[in-house]
Amino acid sequence: MTTTPLADRATAVAARATELSKVYGQGETRVVALDRVTVDFRQAQFTAIMGPSGSGKSTLMHCVAGLDSFSAGSVRIGDTELGSLKDKQLTKLRRDKIGFIFQAFNLLPTLTALENITLPMDIAGRKPDKQWLDTVIGMIGLADRLSHRPSQLSGGQQQRVAVARALASRPDIIFGDEPTGNLDSRSGAEVLGFLRNSVRELGQTVVMVTHDPVAAAYADRVIFLADGRIVDELYEPTADSVLDRMKRFDAKGRTS
Amino acid sequence: MFRTALRNVLAHKARLLMTVLAVMLGVAFVSGTLVFTNTISEAYQKSSAKGFDQVDVAVQQAYRPDEGDRIAEQPKLTPELLRKVAKVPGAESATGVVTGFTALADKDGKLIGGGFQSQGGNYWGKDDPRYPIEEGRAPRGPNEIAIDAKTAERAGYKVGDTVRLSVDGPVLSPTVSGVFRTDDGNVAAGGSLTLFDTATAQKLFHSPGAYDEITVTATPGTSQDRLRSAIDKVVPEDVAATITGEQLADRQATQIAASMSGLKNGLLVFAGIALFVGTFIIANTFTMLVAQRTKELALLRAVGASRRQVTRSVLIEAFVVGAIAAVAGLAVGVGIGAAMRTLISTLGETVPDGPLVVTPGTVATALLVGVLITMLAAWLPGRRAAKIPPVAAMSSVHAKATTRSLVLRNTIGALFSGAGVATVLYATTLEGSDGQVPMGIGAVVLIIGVFVLTPLLSRPLIAAAAPVLRIFGISGKLARQNSVRNPRRTAATASALMIGLTLITGMTVMAGSLQTAIGKMAADSIKADYVVSMANGSYLSSDVEKKLAGAEGVTAVSPLRNAESRIDGQTEYVTGVNGDAIGELTTFPLDEGAFEVGGTKVVVDTESAQRNGWKAGTSFTAGFEGGERQKLTVAGVYEANELIRGILLDNRTLEKRLPADTRPADMMVMVRTSSGASDAAKDRLAKALGDNPAIKIQDGDDLSDDIAQMFTLMLNLLYGLLAMAVIVAVLGVINTLAMSVFERSQEIGMLRAIGLDRRAIKRMVRLESLVISLFGGVLGIGLGVFFGWAAGELVASRMATYELVLPWARMGVFLLLAGTVGVLAAMWPARRAAKLNMLAAIKAE
Repeated sequence: MTTTPLADRATAVAARATELSKVYGQGETRVVALDRVTVDFRQAQFTAIMGPSGSGKSTLMHCVAGLDSFSAGSVRIGDTELGSLKDKQLTKLRRDKIGFIFQAFNLLPTLTALENITLPMDIAGRKPDKQWLDTVIGMIGLADRLSHRPSQLSGGQQQRVAVARALASRPDIIFGDEPTGNLDSRSGAEVLGFLRNSVRELGQTVVMVTHDPVAAAYADRVIFLADGRIVDELYEPTADSVLDRMKRFDAKGRTS
Repeated sequence: MFRTALRNVLAHKARLLMTVLAVMLGVAFVSGTLVFTNTISEAYQKSSAKGFDQVDVAVQQAYRPDEGDRIAEQPKLTPELLRKVAKVPGAESATGVVTGFTALADKDGKLIGGGFQSQGGNYWGKDDPRYPIEEGRAPRGPNEIAIDAKTAERAGYKVGDTVRLSVDGPVLSPTVSGVFRTDDGNVAAGGSLTLFDTATAQKLFHSPGAYDEITVTATPGTSQDRLRSAIDKVVPEDVAATITGEQLADRQATQIAASMSGLKNGLLVFAGIALFVGTFIIANTFTMLVAQRTKELALLRAVGASRRQVTRSVLIEAFVVGAIAAVAGLAVGVGIGAAMRTLISTLGETVPDGPLVVTPGTVATALLVGVLITMLAAWLPGRRAAKIPPVAAMSSVHAKATTRSLVLRNTIGALFSGAGVATVLYATTLEGSDGQVPMGIGAVVLIIGVFVLTPLLSRPLIAAAAPVLRIFGISGKLARQNSVRNPRRTAATASALMIGLTLITGMTVMAGSLQTAIGKMAADSIKADYVVSMANGSYLSSDVEKKLAGAEGVTAVSPLRNAESRIDGQTEYVTGVNGDAIGELTTFPLDEGAFEVGGTKVVVDTESAQRNGWKAGTSFTAGFEGGERQKLTVAGVYEANELIRGILLDNRTLEKRLPADTRPADMMVMVRTSSGASDAAKDRLAKALGDNPAIKIQDGDDLSDDIAQMFTLMLNLLYGLLAMAVIVAVLGVINTLAMSVFERSQEIGMLRAIGLDRRAIKRMVRLESLVISLFGGVLGIGLGVFFGWAAGELVASRMATYELVLPWARMGVFLLLAGTVGVLAAMWPARRAAKLNMLAAIKAE
């Protein structure tokens, strides 16, 4: 196996899960969604989390992103330990340190594209950094669509606005939950391209859950989950190498 | 189809809850009103029927109409007639009945029974079968009375006690000789009944030797009808008419039913308003349910359901909801009916006992109203559901309501509103009652127009609130945008609140203006320091005037004496005054001539002058009771007010023309004292009248307090009744917010994820609610002021002192109320929104 002790890597850690467990239900109905997962997400790195349905990949992301509570272990975003935070503090943490891109329902239909982009700052009551905002908007290439409402934008454009929103507040880390799941391949490629650029050019940290090997190929590193555990890891992936690994798990799953 | 509809109802229990509640409240109001009025009415009828047990035939005065300049002399029921009637074959006994007002004071000197139910009567002979004596014995002579057992118990009077009472002025202090039992309806309803012996009663109430009625009982075996025809033979037709006990009971029953139906219809109007408001909620709910089920309904269409079937499935759903709500409403209504009866008895107004009456009619009405209202309100959403194309099942995009289709709606709304405003404005130019009908029509058209226009109005009005909302940061911004997101829904919700507030504001504006006008009128025209009158509004004896004139410090006294007269073949009521003093006691604006009353000189008000074509100097002849005539000359024409109007002439002239035994009918006596109004002066007047419990001595402030109290009472009653409409509107706001929260759960989940905390989410929902409620409030108050002003213009055409008084403080309170409604209504939806599981919300669908 190529699993190396991740903590030994040199660059700073943006988020870290240690012995993270998440258990639903009790007794007969007890389901272990995450089983003592330890993983680091390094700064300026694009990580994809993959795994079959029910592997716990979304749960891992939700727990690390402070969207969901966990049963045991610890999660750190930067220097902040999430386990001890109350809802209010968690909300503040998400607002200030984390960016989100969901599969759908990313945008408020009543707000214009620009207003949607600056929403996290509006919530915080902060003025957006004009220069940075221009950079982000320039990157996603929607400068002429800023006053449009989401209903006037295509699905791909909507997701690009969502990416811009996630980037606009310069979070420590951006989480994406199947961000291209609802898009056609061309729009999906665009969005993934922006995410990769934001990591390469802007030094952003991105963690993305996906089940699409092509999407995962945009990442610097792929983590494979199965049955709530990290079972494999791949650096500099290509769609083929990812697909290969997945086939191996599938085969394993069938034979075991 | 029925099963699908039923499943839908069950699946959307929570979302239908508010609809059910709204319909239920309306139905409860309707059925509560019916149960209450039926119960009371039946109880009264039973108790009054009991009162006729002792009557087989009643002989009553015949009415002789006035003719020409002559006032007809009304016949008297004399002892002679009584004796004749008593001798008729089949008559067992005949009783001469005498009744009148008798104010009985309790031990603190206060009036028992509120004035209007203080009855007096005669105890017939030694053993009156109408009033079985429980304790003591029958009253004898002018210094003894018997009182009813309920009153005795309430006031703590026993046989042998000396009590104070008053019939028309002078205070009497007779001894209680006996306590009797009675089924009298008035007593059952909380009044008092005081009995004198027959001679005393006749002297006090009428003239000696006259009865109000003669009641006859039949010997066993004689039917009421036979006895009646026997009596008819001995009673001259122009003196008296006969009626059987059964007919009397029937007549009374009809009267009770008529008076109760007034109350019932009044209450039903308010129930109707509450139900009307409820239809907005129902329509809103079904619109949302249909919108949410677009795919499902499209699927039904795709697999072969016809448009009609789709509409029908929505209507069946409405039927089930309406039926559930109606049954619940009926149950609550029966409870309300029972509670209202208890409430009334605890307030001191005794209602005769009787079972709670729930008629099949009540049940049918309640069920029908509930079901029909719900189905009617769901009809439009049902039609809309049928228009969903089958292809919508495949597409992922919901066909949502947009502002596009509002163009037609706005045009219609603008036309209606314009026509309504124009009609109302036109009506204000008309005189008094001529304007009522056009104004009513205009008001209805305008309200409909504003309903239709509310979606359009919501944008600018809510935008106007933006600067305030900006204080609340992102929550305020989102709230503002959310509230105009579905203009139709916001409009329907706000309209529901608008109706109640329009009515409340309109009535408050009217009442306030009227109160000021009447108060001003009294203050402007009356120079007297005190006005003395009977507590129940009945006539004072002329004794009162004499006693007041003799009191220390009194400089001028005049009664306002009512007298009937015939002028030019028409009946006119003239007011007799003390011609020497009236100028000092009142001051009126004069149209022409001089304010001079004395001898043959009279003053007349503008209205009667116009009607009769009189001017200063015109002479006319008036015929009075007893047949005498008097030539009178108009000295001046004055502008009348609510207190004093018509023809004023000198009492000395009047007395000369009336028969000697006429009882003066003084409505009030005005008094001026040397020292002006003061507590000491009032005490002196009260003492001069023997501290009479039945007499009110009021100065200007008391009079305006009286007026104010009357208006306050009326307004409070109206507020209470309209509160139901507001409560239903609150349900509507809750409903709308709950729907919004439900529909936007994904958005709310996303907002939570990207960092909006629970407090801010709650604030967002609360502010949206506040915006919608205040929008409805502003519309309602605005319309209310307009209607109040317009109705006032009609009043002003007849009332010189009327001017619009805007109750700013009250209006502020109403706006605050609307705001409170908003905040309260948002409590539950806001909490739900804040508790939303954001992961589930984001993942949903």
